[in-house]
Amino acid sequence: MPVTSLNGRDVHVDDEGFLTEYDEWDDDLGKVLASNIGIDLTDEHWKVIHFLRDDYKTQGETATIRRVSTVGGVPTKQLFTLFPKKPAKKMAYVAGLPKPHGCV
Amino acid sequence: MTSTTETAPAVVPNFDDEDSGGRKLAIICSKGNLDMAYPGLILANAALGEGVETHLFFTFWGFDMITKSHMHDLKFSPVGNTAMHMPVGDVRVPQALAPLPGMQPMATKMIKKSIADLGVPEVPEFLDLIVASGGHLWACRMSADMNKVTEDDLYEGVEAIINASDFIELTDGAQLLFI
Repeated sequence: MPVTSLNGRDVHVDDEGFLTEYDEWDDDLGKVLASNIGIDLTDEHWKVIHFLRDDYKTQGETATIRRVSTVGGVPTKQLFTLFPKKPAKKMAYVAGLPKPHGCV
Repeated sequence: MTSTTETAPAVVPNFDDEDSGGRKLAIICSKGNLDMAYPGLILANAALGEGVETHLFFTFWGFDMITKSHMHDLKFSPVGNTAMHMPVGDVRVPQALAPLPGMQPMATKMIKKSIADLGVPEVPEFLDLIVASGGHLWACRMSADMNKVTEDDLYEGVEAIINASDFIELTDGAQLLFI
């Protein structure tokens, strides 16, 4: 498993660059990950990211777009605005979580 | 030479923002059975989540997926479906029993429950999700005429009733799925 240097510290990532260790992530790292993919984080983004982090902790898997909208309360349309084109993967990446497995 | 602890330069996922711009998917939904409504919806949703421009065209029995009077009430029937078995194990309904009264409601109820257990929405809510994700829904002109319905009878997310030529024109260059 590769180790990469982000924000001056070493973190474990998979081959694509998604973090693999839940506890290696913090808000500062989230900002760096977001800027890596060209996203400036607003409060709306943070709401999504913190929902994903908390949900992963209890569910053991990354929430899908539908779950973020139905359980997390952020409408689907807004997710496509916040994380353009590939919201599910982009928000998982910024939140330091694996890509979601669910189809819907 | 490989090492599991080697520090590599930052790996950033390639989300292909520039490349995926041109990809387009067209899905023709021609079936109105509950089980045949889902493949198109699931693939459309997946494509939209990958940044692919997606169009769905509802025609013949697939038209029921977008008519207000039928969309909440699609059925699943074991009749003629020799592949059908229970979700767990290999229990099959003999074809001679499949048409008996009560079989279709029971099979419909079971498949609906299996789908709901996975957190997958029912057809109308799934269409909401697809529209919110930027998907385009089109109704078939001939099916509308056959069923004697107008846009008022259709799910509000449907953009228009168009004919086959219109659909072919607007999906120029798209990859196409017929379901």
